Amino acid sequence: MKLMNRLLLSITALLVLCTAVSAEERLKMSTTTSTQDSGLLKVLLPPFEQKNNCKVDVIAVGTGQSLKIGEAGDVDVVFVHARKLEDKFVADGFGVNRKDVMYNDFVVIGPKNDPAGIAKAKTAAEALKMIAAKASTFISRGDKSGTHIKEKELWQAAGVEPKGAWYVEAGQGMGPVITMATERQGYTLADRGTYNAFKGAKTDLAILFQGEKGLFNPYGIIAVNPKKHAHVKYDLAMKFIDYVTGPEGQKIIAEYKQHGEPVFFIYKK
Amino acid sequence: MDFFTESFHTALDLIAARDPDVVSAVTVSIVVSLWSTLFAALAGIPAGVALGVSEFPGKRWAVTLLNTLMALPTVVVGLFVYSIISRQGPLGGMGLLFTPSAMVIGQTVLAVPIMANFTLSAIKGADPRIIPTALTLGAGPFASVRRLVIELRFGIMAAVIAGFGRVIAEVGVAMMLGGNIRGYTRTMTTAIAMETGKGEFALGLALGLILMTVALIVNLFLNFLQQR
Repeated sequence: MKLMNRLLLSITALLVLCTAVSAEERLKMSTTTSTQDSGLLKVLLPPFEQKNNCKVDVIAVGTGQSLKIGEAGDVDVVFVHARKLEDKFVADGFGVNRKDVMYNDFVVIGPKNDPAGIAKAKTAAEALKMIAAKASTFISRGDKSGTHIKEKELWQAAGVEPKGAWYVEAGQGMGPVITMATERQGYTLADRGTYNAFKGAKTDLAILFQGEKGLFNPYGIIAVNPKKHAHVKYDLAMKFIDYVTGPEGQKIIAEYKQHGEPVFFIYKK
Repeated sequence: MDFFTESFHTALDLIAARDPDVVSAVTVSIVVSLWSTLFAALAGIPAGVALGVSEFPGKRWAVTLLNTLMALPTVVVGLFVYSIISRQGPLGGMGLLFTPSAMVIGQTVLAVPIMANFTLSAIKGADPRIIPTALTLGAGPFASVRRLVIELRFGIMAAVIAGFGRVIAEVGVAMMLGGNIRGYTRTMTTAIAMETGKGEFALGLALGLILMTVALIVNLFLNFLQQR
C-alpha cells in the first residue's frame, strides 16, 4: 500500500506538471472541415500565432454547427462558407465585421461512366434533375454544412424534391461522403479542395459537371459580437481577421497548393 | 493485405520520427485519461464500497441504476456536459468548453459508474467474514472497511483498469467537448476519426496500433502495481 500511495502521488505530480499551461492567449475559431482537411490552416496559422504569441484553437465542424457554436459564444471567430447563413448570423447580431477571405467552387462528381449522363447538362440544376430522373445513387452530406446547404439550393432550382432509395443522406463530413460515394459508385456534390485531396489514390470518381456560376463557393470570416458575448476575445479576433484578409494571409492562401494545384483563390483587389 | 502492411509501416515510421502531432495526441490522450481515471476513482471506488457494505431499502434499485449507467453512450455524456459548460449553460462563465478540462469532466462522468460497479462486484465476491472478523478483533467500523479495501485491492485495481480502458478508448466525449483541436485537445481517438474522415485509412489504423501499444504499456504498469 505504501508503494501504491507513493506511486499515486508521483502520478499526480506528473499530471500537474503536464497540464501546467503556458500563459499564451488562445483564440477559438470554429470552421468548416474543408479549411482544416485541405491542410491550409497548417500553413496559415503559425505566422499569426508567432507574431501575437497566441494559439488559434481550431474546431473543424460543418458550417451550420460552426455558426451555432458562434451563436452560443463558445468561440471568438467563425470561418465558414454559406453566404446566406453568414449574413443572417450578422443580421441577428451574433457576428460583426464579416469579411470575404477566399473562394473555390463546387463540383459534381460521380462514376466515370456517368450513368445519368450529366456531363451533357447545361446547368448544375439540370445535372441534378438528370440524376433524379435516372434514380442514380446520390450521396448527400445531410449535415447542414455549407456544401449541404448549396446542394439543397440546387435541388430547389431543379424543382426536384430528392427522395427515395437512390438519395442517401449520410450525415457526415465531406471526406466520408466522397468515400461513401466511391464505394457505392454514386454521385455527390463536393468542394473542389476536398475532391482534389481525394482524387487518385482515394477515389476513382471524376468531375462530371463544373464551371457554373451557381457553383461558386465563397468563404467568409466573422468575429463573434462582443456586445452579445462580453467574454469573447474580440481584439485578437479582429487582429486575426485583419491578418487573414491582409496581404500576408492572402499571399499564403493564394500560394497554397495540394498535389500541385491551388485549392483556394483570393479576390483580386 | 497491402493495407495492413502499409499501416504497420506507417505506425513504425511515425514512432521512429517522433512525429510531433502523434506525440502530442498520445500525450493528450494519456494525461486526460489519467486525470479522468484519478477523479473517477476518487468518486467511484468509495461509492462502490459504500454501496457494497451498506444495507438500505431500495439498494437493488440503486444497483440497477448503476448497471444502467454503465451503458451510457459517450455522445450522451458529451452532450449533457456540453449543455452545462457551454457559454449558454449554467457553468458557461468558466469557459471550459473545447479545453482538456472539459474532456476530463466528461470522461470522469463516463468512468465513475464502471469503477463503482467493479468495486461493488469485488465486494460481493469477497469473503463476507472480513468485516465481522475485523470488528471482533477490535477494529473500528472505518478501519474494518479499510481492511476490506486492502483485501480487495485486486478487484479495485481491476476497476481502475476498466475505467482507464473506457476513457482512453472513447471518442464521443473527446470529440464533442474537446473539439479535436490540434496540439491541444486532439487525442489518439479523435485523430483516428479525423484521419478516417480524410480517407487516410492506413494512417488511421497506424494511429490505432500506436494507441494499443500505449494502452499495453499503461496496463503492464498497472499490472506491475497489482503484483505488489
